Amino acid sequence: MSRRLGFYLLLAPLVVWLGALLIIPHIELLLTSLQVKVKPRVYEFGFGNYAAFFTEPLYWNTFARTALMSIAATALTLIVGFPISYYIAKLARGRSRAILFVLCLLPFWVSELVRTFGWMILLRETGVVSNTLQWLGLSSGPIEFLYNDAAIMVGLVYTSMLFMVVPLVTTLESLDDSYIEAGYDLGGNGFAVMREIVIPHAMPGIVTGCIVVFMLSLGNYLTPILLGGKDSLWFTEQIYAQFITRFNWEQGSAFGFLLLVLSSLIVWAGLKLTGQTLGQTVGRG
Amino acid sequence: MTPESPVAYDLECRSLTKSFDDFVAVQSIDLAIPAGSFFSILGPSGCGKTTLLRMMAGFVRPTSGDILIKGRSVLDVPPNKRPVNMVFQHLALFPMMSVAENIGYGLRRRGVPREDIARRVEEALVRVGLPGSGGKRISQISGGQKQRVAIARCLVLDPDVLLLDEPLGALDLKLREHMKVELKKLQHEFGTTFVYITHDQSEALVMSDRVAVMNAGRFEQVGTAQDLYYRPATAFVAAFVGESNKWRGKVETADAGRLTVLTEDGVRIAGSGEAALAAGATVDVFVRPEAVALSRDAAGIASMANRMDGAVASVLFNGAASRVLIKAGAAQAEIDVALPQTGEFNDLAPGQPIHFGWSDAQTTCFRAG
Amino acid sequence: MKRTRSSFLATVTAASALLIALGGAQAEELRLLTWGGYAPDDVVAMFEEETGIDVQVTLSNNEEMIAKLRATDGGGFDLAQPSQDRIAGAQEEYGIYKPMDVSKINGDLFIASMLEGTKKNTAYDGEVYGVPHVWGTSGLVVDTKKAPEVKDYVDLCSDAVAGKVSYRLKRPTLIGFAFSMGMDPFAAYGDTAAYQTMMEKVGEKLIECKPNVKAYWTGGDALINLLRSGEVVAAMAWDTGGWKLNEENPDITFVAPASGALGWIDTFVLPAKTQNEEAAYKWINFVMQPEIAAKITASAGNFTASKGADAFAEEALKTRFQGSFPQEAIDNIKWYPPVPAGLEDIEGKILDRVQAS
Repeated sequence: MSRRLGFYLLLAPLVVWLGALLIIPHIELLLTSLQVKVKPRVYEFGFGNYAAFFTEPLYWNTFARTALMSIAATALTLIVGFPISYYIAKLARGRSRAILFVLCLLPFWVSELVRTFGWMILLRETGVVSNTLQWLGLSSGPIEFLYNDAAIMVGLVYTSMLFMVVPLVTTLESLDDSYIEAGYDLGGNGFAVMREIVIPHAMPGIVTGCIVVFMLSLGNYLTPILLGGKDSLWFTEQIYAQFITRFNWEQGSAFGFLLLVLSSLIVWAGLKLTGQTLGQTVGRG
Repeated sequence: MTPESPVAYDLECRSLTKSFDDFVAVQSIDLAIPAGSFFSILGPSGCGKTTLLRMMAGFVRPTSGDILIKGRSVLDVPPNKRPVNMVFQHLALFPMMSVAENIGYGLRRRGVPREDIARRVEEALVRVGLPGSGGKRISQISGGQKQRVAIARCLVLDPDVLLLDEPLGALDLKLREHMKVELKKLQHEFGTTFVYITHDQSEALVMSDRVAVMNAGRFEQVGTAQDLYYRPATAFVAAFVGESNKWRGKVETADAGRLTVLTEDGVRIAGSGEAALAAGATVDVFVRPEAVALSRDAAGIASMANRMDGAVASVLFNGAASRVLIKAGAAQAEIDVALPQTGEFNDLAPGQPIHFGWSDAQTTCFRAG
Repeated sequence: MKRTRSSFLATVTAASALLIALGGAQAEELRLLTWGGYAPDDVVAMFEEETGIDVQVTLSNNEEMIAKLRATDGGGFDLAQPSQDRIAGAQEEYGIYKPMDVSKINGDLFIASMLEGTKKNTAYDGEVYGVPHVWGTSGLVVDTKKAPEVKDYVDLCSDAVAGKVSYRLKRPTLIGFAFSMGMDPFAAYGDTAAYQTMMEKVGEKLIECKPNVKAYWTGGDALINLLRSGEVVAAMAWDTGGWKLNEENPDITFVAPASGALGWIDTFVLPAKTQNEEAAYKWINFVMQPEIAAKITASAGNFTASKGADAFAEEALKTRFQGSFPQEAIDNIKWYPPVPAGLEDIEGKILDRVQAS
């Protein structure tokens, strides 16, 4: 009897956590999103807010663009993060390994806003990069690196790097060196060993990292807005606009819910494509 | 061991040395392994045997010296191009591949056509006694089967030399005994040269044509199992290979290798040693437990050069490998004696008086290091 | 289906507000939701000394003020300061304000015409909801050396300043461009269809103008940085930004556009669930005293509706004001009338379209 009580007591924080912070707000979100405004202070139940997403090309395009950019940012983070992780997990020893890890962690010692402003200082027309290029004589006039998709990409990859590197390092560390040596010993070159042994082994880490980075990028707000300027068009910006500047909570809630559902669908499709399951990934990664 | 014709050997090492910073792991090893033989390197952990094996495989670059395979230096050949393959300590079977994919891995790397791979993989599976197991996952097969898959994965590539890094270490005793015989049989069937490193003397002695005993980066002795056991070249080999009773003492008289030694316990022992040993030298004296004869009376051991009497301290029964510990001499030192399997001494009990003796020829003396 | 909407969010916010209120129950407290510069530290300290009321300042802007109050159904704050055009409409939609008891306010402290105007503009259902506090304009901030030809909003789209222009993607931009294109959006407030047509025209102009824009600014500091570094030479912005830059660089200043600067008045309103109405009235009467109002002018950069505060204002600021506003420019200021409910939906769609183009 008391053991069962103990069990429920242990379970309570989880239930409260999931209930109060996840389930109840989402139910609230769902209910709000199903209210369609008829006139001031009068609402009707309906799917009009969802219909707006699919009928207004702007919303749909913004979401598609956000998703594609996030996928690209995820891929880029993986491409940049994998060699770093491999180096940290397999090649670096002792101090240099700790230093590398800290370097990945360093951006997170300052707030996202400061981080993003750091990039703005570097990339703006009168910024460090532009001035350096002029000083070196590589450019005759100031160059604007900010306010384009590439700048958003840089910011997203930089912000996400740690979330890719940590799961990758963890899975790569669990790969015994003898597998890699066996791969070479049996006649494989570096590429074959990577493709047949290292990457299949690291797959759970890759998938975990990709899911986290994708979700973080999709849900990012500051980076695309500050670095992307007039072309940023990020879906979270649309949600913010609906909630705050348009006072249209119903539409904003519908967008929030659609973001949740569509991003889950994309992750699901990604898992299907790579033949992974979520349980396997989270369990091992 | 200087080879008369280099090509007669599958694997040779010449003055092979590897040092890490100020530590010398492998020191000037010379070695030549004839084609088709089973060669073991036996030594305690940390003796440098793994480094030596990894140099042969190509994972470690020697500091100096040369490695030749079929007479050709392979120093500049990377591991994936060397005609040697390795069975790793924990086998390193790729868990994400099936048995057949594991065995076919090397063939795929060589660009062998798909249908040839399938055929050769199945052939290899048949030869290691696992026909039809190709579709299984690595996690689905037993420890012994994994050993065979690991060996098949290498042998399917037809290497000049197969290197084995203590692959039996992880198995339980019964299976290990079985796999020893199995490995020897496989080696015989394939006719491939095996280089096997281990710290387990019984593995080395049972399977090998020749064994090198390695200690502190050097070879102490290279020879057949019998050589090592009965004619150890150094005190280390005598102590490391098989069981021995050991005394420390001073040479009293020396006559062309026939010695009398007075031990620190005050026992006088007649033994044999190298001719250079002279009176006054400090020596270690080794006597195998099975070299000692037991007798209930003094007459039974009258012909022995060394004769002692004492009391049974304990009987350690272990079937065919049963032993008697006897306390003897002024110091009441314990002497380890093998229990003859004739049944004559089955009734021995602690406290009983007993006579025992052994010949001087089976008493080996080495200058104490 | 008419119902009062309460939400989980509202409950949580109200609960936390209650906790905070309980925690600080000893000292009397005024929770003020306002703009940056409207409650400078020295003024807060003086008020606390005089009344013993502790002032908690939360900085915000029009949209966020309304969103915050909407989330709590008008709770969490005792006094708020939205612009006068954002009161009647928001009250009609969400009921987040409380009518004001004008008798508790010392009318003598106010410039009479402004007080009357704001009372009229913030009236809803026969009740008065707001009194004026700070007023100012938005127009153009121009580097007069580098972009001397920028005199009106539409000039921001000229080739001479291509790539060196910035404005916000917000309703003032739509309104300003409409005036500058020769239309009168305020006159069309009552006619949704006409307003829609007008805004579509403005939208087209803004889409056409987009290549000229370096970035749509979102925060005043970011814009000031862009102008200071010369990356932007002309922008649509508030007068204070221009005057601030003018202190550092005499070339840059606020220019009242030929079609008229847009005039705004930030007000005092009571949130529907204000818990300390008395303290709110005390604060209003306190900060409207001429000397105090002058301090707020110094800190916010804009003038107030306080009668006689000009006498205490900094000379430099007055000079800048006169530089930007000759008499005819003052006469030409277009004051924002209250926004009827629903117009913002039209504007939102247009702004979306501009953003996406």
